[in-house]
Amino acid sequence: MAESVSSDASTDGAEGETRRDFLYLAAGAMGVAAVAGIAWPLFDQMNPSADVLALASAEIDLSPIELGQRVTAKWRGKPVFIDHRGPEVIEKARDVEVEDLPDPEPDAARVQKPEWLILVGICTHLGCVPFGQKDSDPRGDYGGWFCPCHGSHYDTSGRIRKGPAPRNLEVPEYIFLDDTTIRIG
Amino acid sequence: MGFANSQNKIIRWVEYRLPVLKWLDAQLIDYPTPKNLNYWWNFGSLAGVMLVVQIVTGIVLAMHYMPHGDYAFDSVEHIMRDVSWGWLLRYLHSNGGSMFFAVVYIHIFRGLYYGSYKAPREILWWFGLIILFLMMMTAFLGYVLPWGQMSFWAATVITSMFSAIPWVGDELVVWLWGGYSVDSPTLTRFYSLHYLFPFLIVGVVFVHLWALHVHGSNSPLGIDIKRPDQDKIPFHPYYTVKDLFGMMVMFFILAVFVFYLPNMLGEVINYEKANPLVTPPHIVPEWYFLPFYAILRAVPDKLGGVIAMGASISIFFVLPWLDVSKVRSAKFRPIYRQFFWIFLGDCIVLGIVGANPPEGTWLLMGRLATAYYFLHLLVIIPLIGKFEKPRPVPEGIGEPVLKDAGAPAKEG
Ligand code: HEM
Ligand code: FES
Repeated sequence: MAESVSSDASTDGAEGETRRDFLYLAAGAMGVAAVAGIAWPLFDQMNPSADVLALASAEIDLSPIELGQRVTAKWRGKPVFIDHRGPEVIEKARDVEVEDLPDPEPDAARVQKPEWLILVGICTHLGCVPFGQKDSDPRGDYGGWFCPCHGSHYDTSGRIRKGPAPRNLEVPEYIFLDDTTIRIG
Repeated sequence: MGFANSQNKIIRWVEYRLPVLKWLDAQLIDYPTPKNLNYWWNFGSLAGVMLVVQIVTGIVLAMHYMPHGDYAFDSVEHIMRDVSWGWLLRYLHSNGGSMFFAVVYIHIFRGLYYGSYKAPREILWWFGLIILFLMMMTAFLGYVLPWGQMSFWAATVITSMFSAIPWVGDELVVWLWGGYSVDSPTLTRFYSLHYLFPFLIVGVVFVHLWALHVHGSNSPLGIDIKRPDQDKIPFHPYYTVKDLFGMMVMFFILAVFVFYLPNMLGEVINYEKANPLVTPPHIVPEWYFLPFYAILRAVPDKLGGVIAMGASISIFFVLPWLDVSKVRSAKFRPIYRQFFWIFLGDCIVLGIVGANPPEGTWLLMGRLATAYYFLHLLVIIPLIGKFEKPRPVPEGIGEPVLKDAGAPAKEG
């Protein structure tokens, strides 16, 4: 480009070329900025909208849940598993070689009070809701939860033990507001 | 022949300015076509017809459907019970999707058998694969729209696959959902895209046909035609009539499903409204996705499964180079021909495995069939291409026909 210009208008000299180059670059940069400026809104509009973001936390009363009972609550459109664990179940969750687990995590790191296990009830494989909340449900080989979709087994701490899921069931962020009430999110 | 030579004044006035009839003549009327095409060559035009059926029924369904989490399920029931002929339109559209896939799968296996993907038709083959990919996206998006239990959980499982992507996976999925789980915003955007994609397919179909018409159709003999004057015939009336006949047969089969077995291919549980707290005990995709679903589940690793599933289709893009044999048609390839049928059988086994729970024998079968799937494409095909001794290929289409008739091989 620059070559043909300088041969056509040889009198223009080097100065004209740099000025033209500069204008090219400046116009090009503005074009890129404009495209990026409109591409971002087009992309970002798909992210969660303000009203969806506003529903971020939920309070749950634990007092009606009996020992040994599992209850499902709803948070951000997802199921939350609440397991009121008895001493035997807690013992079982602690009695493992942590290093040998697919996603090593001691039970103590997954609970605030050992008798209350709080989990996001979404299989970390492809998002199904695992079985195990009802007494009649299959609970897999480790007595926790079993995901029917592609066969993932979780233990009594919600840790992945067998199957395609890569991670343990997620523990949501929560705090105890008092002895029997939690706030998730 | 053709309308373009008409002496009608108006036609001539238009033709002078926009020679549309001349173009149609060249592409659809006079268009030279090998004279020996068998019925497996009907399936391309049938796919085109099904695309039109889906677009027409889809547009009228859209006049009654409501793409919102609170109304979608009820609006589909409203279509089924209250809208005049709504049941017919919906059953045509849902069974039409199945028909479309059946036709396209046959079309693809026709290409595999007769070597239609080989030079000079590689780009034609690629655009076919792009159509397949867009069709799968469209059908998946459409299946979510009735917002039943299977819709919801199919949407969840399929979109969650993107979470296998390292680093950005989780953010990407939230972006796709427009929330922290599949919900109304997801449904509404899926509807927008379900409406868009078929029209993208129409565009790609035109490129597909453009590429086809550069070198013309392959044929059951898979040879380059050296004497078009004796081996080719005009498209009209020979193949217009044959395609119309195929179309009648296809519509007959579609009618049997629409009127007598409208829910046979669907899942009953999709008549239960989406419930984000309960996953149905046995979730399965529509039949046309089963082999791919089996491949996904055969790999005991999340990312690995997703990659294997993607590869099972993408590999076909390089098939023209994996198959090094210069002979196209399996008719003259005694070894390839046998492995073709084994591969077809393998795909059917994968489909059956995909419909069953991933446990015990099913899981083992799924793994073996998946391994064979890739073995066939990546190892067996190149090896056959290298070592097989093909049977002699005829010079022209007329030759074997005349030989059979006991006449001299040369001169038509
Ligand atoms: C490539 C062509 C297409 C395919 C393969 C396809 C496939 C599907 C499938 C499988 C369903 C679910 C059916 C069910 O289970 O009820 C569906 C639903 C739907 N589709 Fe399409 N579709 C196509 C084109 C279109 C077009 C062009 C429109 C126009 C807007 C459309 C509008 C709809 C609507 C409104 C529904 C929801 C109603 C229902 O579930 O019956 N589709 N589609
Ligand atoms: S979604 Fe749970 S095993 Fe796949």
